[in-house]
Amino acid sequence: MKVTGAQALMKCLKEQNVEVIFGFPGGAVIDIYDEIMRTEDLTHVLVRHEQAAVHAADAYARVKGDVGVALVTSGPGATNTVTGIASAYLDSIPIVVFTGQVPTALIGNDAFQEVDIVGITRPCTKHNYLVKDPKDLIPTIREAFHIARTGRPGPVLIDLPKDVVAAMVEYNEPQPVKMRTYRPTYEPHPGQIEKACKAILKAKKPVFYIGGGVILSNANEELTELSRKLSIPVTMTLMGLGGFPGTDPLSMGMLGMHGTYYANMAVAHSDLLIAVGARFDDRVTGRIDAFAPGAKIIHIDIDPTSISKNVTVDIPIVADCKHAVAAMNSWFNRSKDFDRGAVAEMHAPWLEMIKEWKDKHPLGYAEEKDVIKPQFVVQKLHELTQGNALITTEVGQNQMWAAQFYHFNKPRSFMTSGGLGVMGYGFPAAIGAQMAAPDRTVIDIAGDGSIQMNIQELATARQYHCPVKIAILNNNYLGMVRQWQELFYDKRYSNTTLDTAPDFVLLAQAYGAVGLRATKPSEVEPVIKEALATDNVVIMDFVISREEGVYPMVPAGKATTEMLLV
Amino acid sequence: MKHTISVLLQNKPGVLSRVTGLFSGRGYNIESLAVNRTLDPEVSCLTLVSDGDDGIIEQITKQLHKLIDVIKVTDMAETDFVEREMALIRVKAEAGTRAEVLRIIDIFRGKVVDVSPRTYAIEVTGDEDKIQAIIDILKPIGIQEIVRTGTIAMARAKKN
Ligand SMILES: Cc1ncc(C[n+]2csc(CCOP(=O)(O)OP(=O)(O)O)c2C)c(N)n1
Ligand SMILES: [Mg+2]
Repeated sequence: MKVTGAQALMKCLKEQNVEVIFGFPGGAVIDIYDEIMRTEDLTHVLVRHEQAAVHAADAYARVKGDVGVALVTSGPGATNTVTGIASAYLDSIPIVVFTGQVPTALIGNDAFQEVDIVGITRPCTKHNYLVKDPKDLIPTIREAFHIARTGRPGPVLIDLPKDVVAAMVEYNEPQPVKMRTYRPTYEPHPGQIEKACKAILKAKKPVFYIGGGVILSNANEELTELSRKLSIPVTMTLMGLGGFPGTDPLSMGMLGMHGTYYANMAVAHSDLLIAVGARFDDRVTGRIDAFAPGAKIIHIDIDPTSISKNVTVDIPIVADCKHAVAAMNSWFNRSKDFDRGAVAEMHAPWLEMIKEWKDKHPLGYAEEKDVIKPQFVVQKLHELTQGNALITTEVGQNQMWAAQFYHFNKPRSFMTSGGLGVMGYGFPAAIGAQMAAPDRTVIDIAGDGSIQMNIQELATARQYHCPVKIAILNNNYLGMVRQWQELFYDKRYSNTTLDTAPDFVLLAQAYGAVGLRATKPSEVEPVIKEALATDNVVIMDFVISREEGVYPMVPAGKATTEMLLV
Repeated sequence: MKHTISVLLQNKPGVLSRVTGLFSGRGYNIESLAVNRTLDPEVSCLTLVSDGDDGIIEQITKQLHKLIDVIKVTDMAETDFVEREMALIRVKAEAGTRAEVLRIIDIFRGKVVDVSPRTYAIEVTGDEDKIQAIIDILKPIGIQEIVRTGTIAMARAKKN
C-alpha cells in the first residue's frame, strides 16, 4: 500500500500503541501536523515550549512503562528539545523524539531553520537517525522504538526532512525488528548467579543498593521478595525510590549526598553491597575510595559499561534486573544451604545496629510554631494523599525534601530529573504523568525558582484538563545553591536571592487555574485539602522558612560517613 | 599501556563521528586511527590505537561495543597480531647524501616513490617502532615532509 511519509508515521505510531504525543508545530513538520488532524485515535498535546514536550514524554513513559513520544519542528524546535533529551538519557528513559528537518536538497546549506540536530544530540541519545531516503522511513521508526525500549532504555531521535515526510512510501505490515549489531543481554549467567547467592549466604552485613534499573525493568516485586526472604536492608538512589516499599521496616530510605544517616552508615560498614540497577554516581558514593570500603560488591546491570566504571566489582552480573533477581530468588528456593530462619538470626545483629543508627539520627527537622517547614508540607502531602499520588519534582532543595519525606511505596510514582537535575522538569513532567494516568492525583513538588523555568505550561495543563497540583516550597531563594553558599562560601549569597518574584496566586488565576497560599503551619492542611478537592490546575504557594537546609548532607568530595547533620 | 583495538562497524554516514565523539566526550585519547571498507561493503573496519590503564581500556571497549552501529570490538592485546603503518617521507638527497639515503631505505626495505634533483620521497611500512626508527635516522639528513597512516592490525591465524 502506498502512503505518504506522514501517513506512514501515523501508522507506525499506531503499531507501537502510541496514544498520546507531545509536540509543537512549525514549517518543517506542517505535513505531519496536517496528518495528525486526520488521525482520530491519537491525542496530540500542544505544549508551550519544546523542552516541556520532552519532559512530558519522559514522565509519560515512566508512568506507563512504555515509550513516550515528542514531535517538534526543525532548527529552534529541535534545539529546544536538547535539555529534555539529555535528561532522559542520563535517567535511561525510553522516548522517541521526532524532529523536522529542512528538505534533503537543502541539508548542509545553512538553510532557514536548519541545524544538525543529529550531530548535536549524538552524545545524549541512545541512538539517532537522519532519514534521507523515504524507503528507510518505516524501518527506521520501528527500529527506533525497539532501541528506545529494550536493553538499557533511552532516548532515540529521528530527524525527518520535509521532503521525506511528503514522499510516497510503501507500507507493509510490521515484522519483529532484527538487528545485526544490537542484542542486549537479558538472561544472567547462571554461574554468576550462583556465585552471588553463595556470597550473600556468607555475608553478615549485607546491603541492597538499588537504583532506577529496578523500576525500569519492573523488578520491584522480585527484589522485595529477595530482600525479605534474606532479611537484607535496602537503600535506594534518587532514581530507585519506589523500587522497594519506603515504609517497609527493611527500607533505609535514600543514600548518598542527602541520604539518611543510617543508609550511609550501613553502606560504609557493610561486608557485602548488592547493587541492582544502580551506577555508583558521585552523588551516591561521595569520596570514591571511602565508599563501602570493607564490602565485596555484586553488581547487576543490563549495561556492561556501568559495571566496574567507578568502583571495581567482585561479582558482575550483566542482565536485566528482573531476570537476575528472579534467578536469585529461585536459587535460594532450591538451595539446601539456605534456611530462612537461620539467615534472619544471623542478620539480626546487623539490623539491630542499623536500628541504633536510625534511633540516633532519624530523618527529621526542627519544628516551629509560626513558620512552615518544607518537610512538614511534604509529610502532609504524603498523609493527605495516603502516599498514593504521582509525585514529580523540580530541582534543588524541593527535590531532596520530596525524596526524603514522601515515602514511596510503589514504583513509577516518583518522576524527577535525577542524572541531569533539570530545573523546570517537574511541571511538564506532571502534565505527562497526568496524561498517562488521568485518574491519579499528580503533584509537582516545586521550588519558586524552578517553577518559573516552565511556568508557561499552565496553559497546556489547562487546555488538556490536567488537574495537576503544584506545591511550591517558596523560600524566595535558589535554595540549594544558597545552602552551598551558606556552608562553603561564607554566606555570600551571590545571585541566589529571587528579589523579584511573581505573585503565584495571581499568576495561576491569569491562566484560569486556581491559586492558594499558606503562610502559617495551620494553613497547610486546609490548602492541600482544598487543592486535592479542586478539579483544576492548582498552585499551592507555601511560604516556608527561608533558610531551611537539606540534611543530612555529605559535602561534595567527602566520604559518605562525613555527614553534616541537623 | 598502548592498545590496538579493532572495530567492525556498519558502513553508514556519521558512524565515524560516533566513535570519535565517544573518545572526545569521555576524555579517552586516540593515538592513531585507520578506517576502510571490508569485503562486505556494508561493513567497515576501524583500527585505533589508544593509551590507558586496564580500567580505561576496558571502558573503551565496552563503550565502543555499546554503540548501536558497532558489530565487533577486539582488543588486539588479547591475541597475537601483526600491525603495520605506512609513512611517506620526503628527505633531502643531495650529491653527498644520495647514496647513503638509498642505503638506509634499503635497510628498512623502503621504496623510492618520487625523485627530484634534491630529494627522494620514500614509502616505508612497518610497525610503529620501525617507522620511528627510520625517521630518527633520516632526521639528521633532513626530512622535508612526512605523512603517516594510522596503524592497521590483524590477528594471527591459529597455528594448529
Ligand atoms: C536548568 C538549571 N539551571 C541551574 C541549575 C542549578 N541549580 C540547582 S538547584 C538550584 C536552585 C533551585 O531553586 P528553587 O527551584 O527555588 O529550589 P529550592 O532549592 O529553593 O527548593 C539551581 C539554580 C539547575 N539544576 N538546572
Ligand atoms: Mg527556592
